[in-house]
Amino acid sequence: MASGVKPRVKVPKTAAAGDTITIKTLISHKMESGQRKDDDGNIIPRSIINRFTADFNGQNVIDVTLEPAISTNPYFEFEAIVPESGEFTFTWYDDDGDVYDTAKKITVS
Amino acid sequence: TSALAMASLGAVPAFASLTDDAIAELTGGADIGEGSVTLTAPEIAENGNTVPIGVEAPGAVEITLYADGNPVPNVATFKFGPLSASRSASTRIRLAQTQNVVAIAKMEDGSFQMAKAEVKVTIGGCGG
Amino acid sequence: GNWARLAAQQSLTQDQLLEFDTFGNVSLIHITDIHGQLKPIYFREPSINIGVGGNKGAVPHVTGSDFRKLYGIDDGSPSHYALSSGDFSALAQGYGRVGGLDRVATVIKAIRADRPDAILLDGGDTWHGSYTTWKTQAQDMFNVMNALSPDAMTFHWEFTLGSDRVHELVEQLPFAALGQNIFDVEWDEPAELFPPYKMFERGGTKIAVIGQAFPYMPIANPRWMFPEYSFGIRDENMAAMVEEVRAAGAECVVVLSHNGFDVDKKMASVVPGIDVILSGHTHDALPEPVLVGQTIIVPSGSNGKFVSRVDLDIRDGRMMGYRSKLIPIFSDVIAPDAEVASLIDAERAPYAAEMAEVIGQTDSLLYRRGNFNGTWDDLICDALLSERDAEIALSPGVRWGPSLIPGQDITREDIFGVTSMSYGQAYRTEFTGEFLKVVLEDVADNIFNPDPYYQQGGDMVRTGGLGYRIDVSKPQGQRISNMTLLKTGEPIDPARNYVVAGWASVNEGTEGPQIWDVVESHIRKLGTVTVSENNSVDVVGV
Ligand SMILES: [Mn+2]
Ligand SMILES: [Mn+2]
Repeated sequence: MASGVKPRVKVPKTAAAGDTITIKTLISHKMESGQRKDDDGNIIPRSIINRFTADFNGQNVIDVTLEPAISTNPYFEFEAIVPESGEFTFTWYDDDGDVYDTAKKITVS
Repeated sequence: TSALAMASLGAVPAFASLTDDAIAELTGGADIGEGSVTLTAPEIAENGNTVPIGVEAPGAVEITLYADGNPVPNVATFKFGPLSASRSASTRIRLAQTQNVVAIAKMEDGSFQMAKAEVKVTIGGCGG
Repeated sequence: GNWARLAAQQSLTQDQLLEFDTFGNVSLIHITDIHGQLKPIYFREPSINIGVGGNKGAVPHVTGSDFRKLYGIDDGSPSHYALSSGDFSALAQGYGRVGGLDRVATVIKAIRADRPDAILLDGGDTWHGSYTTWKTQAQDMFNVMNALSPDAMTFHWEFTLGSDRVHELVEQLPFAALGQNIFDVEWDEPAELFPPYKMFERGGTKIAVIGQAFPYMPIANPRWMFPEYSFGIRDENMAAMVEEVRAAGAECVVVLSHNGFDVDKKMASVVPGIDVILSGHTHDALPEPVLVGQTIIVPSGSNGKFVSRVDLDIRDGRMMGYRSKLIPIFSDVIAPDAEVASLIDAERAPYAAEMAEVIGQTDSLLYRRGNFNGTWDDLICDALLSERDAEIALSPGVRWGPSLIPGQDITREDIFGVTSMSYGQAYRTEFTGEFLKVVLEDVADNIFNPDPYYQQGGDMVRTGGLGYRIDVSKPQGQRISNMTLLKTGEPIDPARNYVVAGWASVNEGTEGPQIWDVVESHIRKLGTVTVSENNSVDVVGV
C-alpha cells in the first residue's frame, strides 16, 4: 500500500427521508502525473487514484474517473438523496492496485 | 468545423486540437448544444496546482471535464448513479497555464451539452 | 508663485477640517491602508493612474490638474495638496506632514462626541509597512489601533505576517475580524476565525457590516505564508450574505472592502442590495462618494492621511440619504490626542535610536504612487543594479510608502517605510529575454485587463536598466514591445540570459540580503540622492 494515504469524508449524521445532502471527500495522495522528471531527467512514473465511487446501501451515487490533471489530495463534493437510514461507502482505486475505503452511517428520522 | 479539418490546417494550437479530438471521441461527432451546463471556475486561479471547478447539468447521466491548455486534455468524468441528487460535482484540478476548462454533459436522451470557462493562471506578485 | 498661495494655510483650522452638519441617524467612520504609519508623513498622490475599459477617464483614474478641474479644487489649496499631485514639494513645505494616528484619534473622538455610537471601521493593510511594525510583528499597530476602539476590520497585508501570527493577533482582537471571502482551503468552507459580517444596532436601526478581504492575496502575496486560506471575490457568496443580513432585519448594508476601487464598482453593479461600500486597497482618495446604482462607494486614501465620515439617514428599512466628508489629516492643524500620542511613543521608544539614524540626504522628491516608476522605485532599482551587480532590476508595484521632499534627511525609518515586508530578500538570478517579456506581460494584465475582476490592484512592476514600450489598450501578450537594455541601448534578445536583481518574490525559499539593507548601503555611498527623470517606459494607448 502506498504510504500516507488517508481518506476523509464529511456526511451529515442525520437527514429526513428523501432529503438531498451534500457530501465532501478528500484523500491524501500525491497524484504523480507521469509528466514530471526527477533530478536526473528521468520521467517519474504515473501513480494516481484513477477511480472514486460513492454508494449508499448498495446503490450508486457517483462514479468518477480521474486523470492526472486532478490535483494532489483529490477532493470531491456532490449531492446525494437519502431514502432511508443506512451507510455510505466511499472507495478509491489506486494505479498500484490498492483500494482504500471508508464508510459513514446516516440516520433518517 | 470538425476537429479533423482543423487539424489538417495545422494552424491551431496543438493542445486545443487534442481537446477537440477528445470531445469528438466522446460524442462520436454529434452536435453539442449549450445552455444546460453550468461550469463554475475562478476568473484567476489562486494556485494553478489546485483550481476549484464545479459543474452542474440537470438531466445529465455523465459529465466529462477537459482542460484545453494541458498536455493531456482529459481531467475527469463524473457518472451519476440513481441516488445522485443534483447532477453536480466539484473537484480541484491542475492547470499548467491560462486556458479553457470545458465540460461536456451527456444527457438522458443521449444528446450532448457543453459549457466553457477561461481560467487565468498568473505568475503573481505585487500588490497594494 | 507657490509660496504666495500658501497664505491660505494660515487660516486652516481644526474646526474647519472637522466641520460637519450632522445628518440622519447613523455615522460610519472609515480609515484604511494605514500601512503601519503611526507618525505624520508626506504622501504624494499619483500623477499617472490609467483607467481601462469602462473605467477609462473615470475617477479615480483622473490625476493632477484634471482632477482639480473635475472637482473644482483651487490650485494651491489644501485640497490640491491633499488630494492631487502637482507642485507637491512646494505645497508640502507649506502645509506640512499628514496623518499620524494620534491626530486620527482626535478626529475620531470629535466625531464620537457628536455621534457617540458612530461605527469605526478599519479597511485593512494596517499591520504592515514600517520599521516598528516589522520589528514587533505588528504588535505596535495592534496596540495603537485597539486604543481607537474600532468596531471591525478586514485584511490584506496582515496575512504576510504568516498564519500563526495572524491567528495569534486575531484571537486577541477586541472587535470583529470580518471576511465573507476568507475560506478554509481544505474543505472550501468559511473560515471560522473570520465571520462574514457583524450586525450593529445604532441610531434605532440595524446595520450589517460585511467584510471583504483582498481577493487576490494568494496571487499577489506569497500563498505559502498562509496556506490554510483561500480568498477570491466570491460575489455569489456576497449576494447570499446580503440576503441573509436583510432577512435578519438589517435596514442598511455596509461592505467594508479591500477589493480596490474598480472591483468595488463592478461588485456594486453585480450584487444587489449594498448601500455603502467603504473602499480600500487601491489607496484612492476622492472628495465625494461615487454612486453605482443605489450603492455609494467611499474610498478613504492611505497611510493615515484621511478619515472618512459618512452619515446615513436610515428609515423604514432603507437608506434614504447620506452626507459624507473625506477629512484630510493635516498634522500641523489637528492637535494630537495626548493619550494615543504617548502610546505611539511608547511603542516606538525601543527602536527610536536605530530608526532615527540618518543614512543620507535627498535633493529630489522621493515618492512611489503611480502606475509606473516613482522616484523611490528608481532609487531602489539603482540600489539593486549597483549593490547586486545586475543588468536589470525589478521592484514590485506596491502602492504604499510615504514620500520625502527635497532637502530632507533619509533615515533608516524612511527606508523601511518603502521596503518593510516579511519577504524582502533581494534575489539575484538570470532570466532569458523571453521570460522577462512574459513577466512584464503578466503584470501588465493584472493592471490593464479591461475587466476589473482580473485586476489585482497593484501598479506596474518597476524596472531598472530596462526600457520598454507599453500599449495599455492591447490584450495580454501584445502590450509590451521595444524592450531595451539601457546600459548598451541594444534590444533585449529573447534567447539571451540577463542578470536580474529584484525583491519581494512570492516564491518560497528566495535568498538574498534584505532590500532595506541593500538600499541603505547604496544611499550611504551616494551621500546625497539625486534622482533624474525616468523616460524609460513609453506608455501608449491611453
Ligand atoms: Mn494598501
Ligand atoms: Mn491592499
